[in-house]
Amino acid sequence: MTSTLLYTILSLSLLGGLLAVVLYLIAQKFKVQEDPRIDQVLEVLPGANCGGCGYAGCRAFAESFVKNPDNPDFFCPVGGNDIMKKVAAVLGREVKDQIPKLAVLRCNGSCEVRPVLNTYDGSPSCAVAADLYGGETGCSYGCLGWGDCVDACTFDAIYINPQTCLPEVVEDKCTSCGACVKACPRNILELRPKGPKSRRIYVVCANNDKGAVTRKVCSVGCIGCQLCVKACPFEAITFADNLAYIDPAKCRLCRKCVAVCPTGCILEINFPPKKQVTKNE
Amino acid sequence: MSKTFSIGGIHLKDSKFSRDKSIEEFPIPKRAVISMNQHLGMPAVPIVKKGDAVKTGQLIAEPAGFVSAPVHASVSGIVADVAPYTDFLGKKVLSVVIDTNGDEWMETIDRSPEIKHEITATPSEIFKIISDSGIVGLGGAAFPTHVKLTPLEGMKPEYLILNGAECEPYLTSDYRLMIEHAQEILIGGEMMRRVLGDVAGIIGIEENKPKAIELMKRLTANYLQWEVVPLKKRYPQGGEKQLIDAVLGRKVASFSLPISTGAVVQNVGTAYAVYEAVQKHKPLITNVLTISSSDPSIQKNYRFRVGTPIRDFLSAAGAMDKEGNLSRSFSKVVNGGPMMGKPVTNLDGPVMKSTSGFVLFTEKETKRQEPGECIRCSKCFQVCPMRLQPYLLYQLALAGRTEELDENRVFDCIECGCCLYSCPAHIPLLDQIRLAKNVSLKNKRKK
Amino acid sequence: MDKLLISPAPHLHSKDSTRRIMRDVIIALMPSVLVSVYFAGLSALLVLVVSVAGCVLLEHLIARYLMKKKTTVSDLSAVVTGILLALNLPVSSPWWMVLIGCIVAIGIAKMTFGGLGHNLFNPALVARVFLLISFPVQMTNWTVSNSIFRPDKWELPKGLLGVQGQLLDASSGATPLGIIKEGLANGMTMETLSQQHNFSYWHMLFGHMDGSMGEVSVLAILAGLFYLLIRKVIRPVIPLSIVITVAVFSGILWLTDPSQYADPLFHLLTGGLLLGAVFMATDYTTSPMSPLGMIIFGVGIGIVTMVIRVWGAYPEGVSFAILFMNALVPLLNKIKPLPYQKEVSRG
Repeated sequence: MTSTLLYTILSLSLLGGLLAVVLYLIAQKFKVQEDPRIDQVLEVLPGANCGGCGYAGCRAFAESFVKNPDNPDFFCPVGGNDIMKKVAAVLGREVKDQIPKLAVLRCNGSCEVRPVLNTYDGSPSCAVAADLYGGETGCSYGCLGWGDCVDACTFDAIYINPQTCLPEVVEDKCTSCGACVKACPRNILELRPKGPKSRRIYVVCANNDKGAVTRKVCSVGCIGCQLCVKACPFEAITFADNLAYIDPAKCRLCRKCVAVCPTGCILEINFPPKKQVTKNE
Repeated sequence: MSKTFSIGGIHLKDSKFSRDKSIEEFPIPKRAVISMNQHLGMPAVPIVKKGDAVKTGQLIAEPAGFVSAPVHASVSGIVADVAPYTDFLGKKVLSVVIDTNGDEWMETIDRSPEIKHEITATPSEIFKIISDSGIVGLGGAAFPTHVKLTPLEGMKPEYLILNGAECEPYLTSDYRLMIEHAQEILIGGEMMRRVLGDVAGIIGIEENKPKAIELMKRLTANYLQWEVVPLKKRYPQGGEKQLIDAVLGRKVASFSLPISTGAVVQNVGTAYAVYEAVQKHKPLITNVLTISSSDPSIQKNYRFRVGTPIRDFLSAAGAMDKEGNLSRSFSKVVNGGPMMGKPVTNLDGPVMKSTSGFVLFTEKETKRQEPGECIRCSKCFQVCPMRLQPYLLYQLALAGRTEELDENRVFDCIECGCCLYSCPAHIPLLDQIRLAKNVSLKNKRKK
Repeated sequence: MDKLLISPAPHLHSKDSTRRIMRDVIIALMPSVLVSVYFAGLSALLVLVVSVAGCVLLEHLIARYLMKKKTTVSDLSAVVTGILLALNLPVSSPWWMVLIGCIVAIGIAKMTFGGLGHNLFNPALVARVFLLISFPVQMTNWTVSNSIFRPDKWELPKGLLGVQGQLLDASSGATPLGIIKEGLANGMTMETLSQQHNFSYWHMLFGHMDGSMGEVSVLAILAGLFYLLIRKVIRPVIPLSIVITVAVFSGILWLTDPSQYADPLFHLLTGGLLLGAVFMATDYTTSPMSPLGMIIFGVGIGIVTMVIRVWGAYPEGVSFAILFMNALVPLLNKIKPLPYQKEVSRG
């Protein structure tokens, strides 16, 4: 009885030891030499693996960055400037600050203002619907509402608002990784600077049709009247293909365009309500 | 034993209700919206402007390259607009709009009903007329016919196959053409055969059309180079690759052109259009369509002018109520056959050169069911005529794994719909595979 | 007018649905169910009822309250599992054992993996093997006398128990496979065993033999197979490759020494081989998708079954064989269909 036990313990221990040695030798033989800084950079990065930087995950980003730290295009949109500073510190470099951005939806065609003309019965996916036809409403530019952007977001920062039937971006959660922008088959999501105090103004429409056509299908679309272009004192608004666009670099947030837009398709975000006094004066 | 293709495929109820309704001439529309994008390839470029007077059959747009086709006026009148118009899918397409005024045809067009048997044109002349007449494949894909008749380097055509399979349920336009214009189809086919360099001619017809088979057999008795091949009824027999397999037993290799097997496939409707173009000098401005549904009163075949609004056909067939809306019982209009046709969003959209029919469905017939879990029954795999694994492609497409999709030959998909049709769990397999296929093809062409 | 319905092609769908397939399998199982009820009376019925009810209820509860999704019992797959489990148990199984079987089948083998379509192993077989290992005595006791369902202990109206007499007569001790396993091990020959125990292929065909509920009547299983083939629920590839493999394997052994090995027909008709081949191995989720994979799968089951039967410790090996091959299915599914090849140029 004791001898059986002894033999078992002995043979197993021997086997274990032997295998450990073999494993060690193999590990030594196939050891991969890697720049230790890659791991250091990786530690600093947020580890979201969202691909917002243009690389396949944080590790790929770290590898490329370590290999070529002088390229100014490297930027982790999730980590922002703070993280980039830390990453640069690991490599003993400096990086320029970049303006924080976030995704905005260039469509304001909620269920109420954009009548639904047909019932989509295919896969609940914007990509499939956009590939097939013009969409449930008459507008062949606007949001389809099947939430491909919601599926693409790894940060839980977009949801479909059941009241408007449109996706809404949660400002605190959005990391401007751009996954939703890529996912949208209609190309109506845009990365725009957050703006000072998170204040920003932009055109919430992507319709390139002539005004009369747009008006028929949506009551809040850009009808191409160009009043905003004329109203802007800073030449920040450009007009092309029957659609106005506000250049965030030139816009000084004066809100003159917002006031003149007849369909209300220029949106101002996070501004305090206008004082009554100024109106009365 | 009749022939058929070797792998996959399904048996569909043929529902060809309108098979015995002869082709009726459809009235000329008040206003024709003629799309510049009625073929695969580059859209045509309009050469008329607003206010121009045009005659029926007059050239109004020139091809924008080799893989493109000219467009002709289908009615006579005044050009009202040259601008993007909404097509049946709700997409904007550059169109020439003509307000009809009488029906004055180009003088060169021979409108007499006699059949002109004698072929006087040489093969190169025939080729020129085909490309100048805006003839496109009328089987559905609308690929410019002259491109298919142009020899490719290293590929020698040996056979011309006229496609009379019409494997889609409901549609009967090809069948009616074969019954009413068999002789013309044969002459058109004979001309294409000569263009290809005296190849052997074959007409493939499914067995559910015995009259057409009999008629064609009788007529081809006079033509030594022609043969009629009856085919077992099976979907998608009318697919180019499947038809070549069925008729010749030759398989089109993965990611290669059908011509690599030495066969050129043309639809019987295309052959008829070629006859009209060469023998009667009439460009492709009319075609035959079927309007069908399970309602016996709405089962018709019409010869139409390109650019007629879809709405006109529906109201003529009796599918519209007094207010000009679709009758309550129907909830879907499909442009083309029920397996591969596209849904109609915009009833005011115009019909095109290659429109083969409209099928009306009630909600009960067509509404999709809630998808369940894949039970790995492998039905999709069994029915796929291209030897693909739809369940796998679907998963890969959802995950966006492009490389693996390519490894699994997603680009070979012919979108026949057999997988989605057969899936007991009602999983929308083809929806995702189609998207992935388009992406994959784009990437492959870039390389 | 209601709004136009829009969807990508195709616009038609076959009448097939998961529910319809499951219903067909249930119908195909009915002959076996009826035969077992006919021979074993109310006990069989009670095992069936407990098993089906247990499986359905468990699936509902797990789906609804643990996985927090819509209940999936309406697809009838739990009913199929329940019937198959019952048919894999002896008539004398106590109710608690059947319930444990349900928990293992649905709770562990099916829902843990994500429910219908995600399980790696056939749920009913996992439960059977689990019970076989955990309760070897109850699982190999083919008599009805110690069942707590035993109808004559309950005071039920005699009319309900028309087959009661038969039921007690039919009870003996071991399955034919068990008998030969033990007999051969004790140095007897097939000839003497067959004389002693009066094996009759006719009895096996109709169900006069001992075994778990579903495996007793070969004819009933064949009727089910016939129905499944007609309805195109399954393709004959897997059952055929199993049967042929077993026949060839046992045939070779039998030809070398008929006194030590049973003949092929004996192997085919006994021990749930056909039940396994027709209903268990053909389960969609746990069998390969490609025809070649199906053939390898079937041949594998045949070989493993015979190895266990002839040289293994258990008299019966179909369940183990199927489970073993189930584990290889993900690998077999890597077999890809060949693309159409470029043909050699012809002049």
